[in-house]
Amino acid sequence: MALSDTQIVTDAGSPRELPAAKRRPKILRRLRQHALVIVLAAVFIFPLLVMVSTALKAPQDVFSSPPSLIPSEWTFDNFTKAFDQIPVWRYLGNTMLVAGLSVVGTALSCPLVAYALSKVKWVGAKPLFIMVLATMMLPPQVTLIPLFLIWNGLGATNTYLPLVVPAFLGTPFFIFLIRQFLMNVPDDLIEAARLDGASELRTYATIVLPIARPAIVTAAVFQFVWAWTDFLNPLIYLNDESTYTLSIGLYAFFGENDVAWGPLMAACTMFTIPALIIFLIGQKFFIGGISAGALK
Amino acid sequence: MSMLTRRRPEARSTRRREGSKRPRSTRRSFWIGVAFASPFIVGFFGLFAYPILASGYYSFTDFNLFQSPDWVGLDNYEQMANDDVFWKSLANTLVLAVMGVPLTIAIALGGAHLLNTPIKGQPLYRAVIYLPSIIPIVVGGYLWRWLLNTQYGFVNYFLSWFGISGPSWLQEPDWTKPAIVLVVLWTVGGTMIIYLAALKDVPHELYEAASIDGAGPWRRFLNVTWPTVSPVTLFQVIVCLIAYLQIFTEPYVLAQERLNNISSGPDQSMLTYAMYLYQNAFVYLKMGYASAMAWVLFIVTLIVTLVVLASSKRWVHYGSK
Repeated sequence: MALSDTQIVTDAGSPRELPAAKRRPKILRRLRQHALVIVLAAVFIFPLLVMVSTALKAPQDVFSSPPSLIPSEWTFDNFTKAFDQIPVWRYLGNTMLVAGLSVVGTALSCPLVAYALSKVKWVGAKPLFIMVLATMMLPPQVTLIPLFLIWNGLGATNTYLPLVVPAFLGTPFFIFLIRQFLMNVPDDLIEAARLDGASELRTYATIVLPIARPAIVTAAVFQFVWAWTDFLNPLIYLNDESTYTLSIGLYAFFGENDVAWGPLMAACTMFTIPALIIFLIGQKFFIGGISAGALK
Repeated sequence: MSMLTRRRPEARSTRRREGSKRPRSTRRSFWIGVAFASPFIVGFFGLFAYPILASGYYSFTDFNLFQSPDWVGLDNYEQMANDDVFWKSLANTLVLAVMGVPLTIAIALGGAHLLNTPIKGQPLYRAVIYLPSIIPIVVGGYLWRWLLNTQYGFVNYFLSWFGISGPSWLQEPDWTKPAIVLVVLWTVGGTMIIYLAALKDVPHELYEAASIDGAGPWRRFLNVTWPTVSPVTLFQVIVCLIAYLQIFTEPYVLAQERLNNISSGPDQSMLTYAMYLYQNAFVYLKMGYASAMAWVLFIVTLIVTLVVLASSKRWVHYGSK
């Protein structure tokens, strides 16, 4: 006991008072920790470095064995070839249109529903919340085929309607996220606006929307990345090459017998950059948003 | 002063609450609720309720796109029981989940633990580790196909540094599943960040108390960290399991040679349940059979989730705070 008591005292004391022998292991531990974190981060970023370096390699370098990260000659040839092989601009534009409209849809619909779930006192709030939770839990495969048949019946295959309209009708996960956020906002604030005679819509627009902005931005950033990177829905609904998004457009680089790896990596780089920019802008919301959704 | 001003709105709001019991205002707030919720109400019936009923109905029919559904009772479900490819795809999927879920949890928790100490540049490291999670899965898939290439890839090259001659990942049936898990593990950052947030909530005094009792790092982890993060772990295990049960894009991209070309790896070792469901629906146009498969997936997911939840009583500790 006495020994452990002294331990606390030295731990709590300022580092200067510690004997040198006790400090060194701490420095070593720190160094080891730094080294481990750096290795961990390097493992995660390395594949992306390979992508960019392959994209910038001359053809003879791409298939070098053993592989090397640094091109012997830097060139943009692969990018030129990528543009020759697939309509990169059109696919980027298509993808941007789908992701952009999905974001607009999410930002318009999800806060409305979240408001009805959290700040409007009405009998439907509880059943509605159960509906939201139930739809979150259902495997998407269950609705996949009927949804395809509905859109096909409406003649909407090869249009972006099946990819975009659902966002305008509210995504359960984002409704849930914004609702959790609004639950923490005191009712008084909204009551005060209502008492001042503001209409419900006005209260929503002038009080609720600005307060909920962090949650809405989180949802919007997530929605952008989801729509940008989606593969299954474009695969199912888009058959006409002119409507392709990048996710499925990249297949053109797979030939009968070989894969055009250089141009493919160049196209992959261009596909990644917009998601990366959104990530860097929304990083704070992104990383906060994931943990908020899980911990509350 | 402040007491006075604070009291007034309270008094008013109680009066208002009493007032809202009056039927007219209840009716009004009902319609306000409906109006605000209307996008989701439309979405719920159009995108969920009707499709669920339709899918249930189709699962009892023989149905390709061109003829109307033909009622066949339980035929689809019986056919499934005798379909070797169905069982293969289910087994592949379960193997992936059994391999992937523990690894995801271990790496996410280990990484979060490592990042939890106050290290200079922590936000940067955090961002770097999360970064792969926002990369399009297709890009990740192609990238890893390249990295796992036996001649030109970095993975086997690095292994050769340690005297290990790496397998041909995507050609040997035994190695395709580890390859898929590897690609998925690359996107473990999201899980790690949830753990990081959870670890920040572990009371520091607990560690100190454990240290005083002479607990080493491993004991401290077992007795302090693990119990505190176990409720979050339950959430992560369930989310991760469900994701593995529905895994589609990673194996599809790793196996596929060309768009709309059916390939599922050597000896169908990469054929997951969701891939086989997709093939039945959109390649063979067996919409009825695929619908039945979707319902079986739903039931399997439900059972697995319930088993995890039931087991959680033994290993999840809810704090007394």
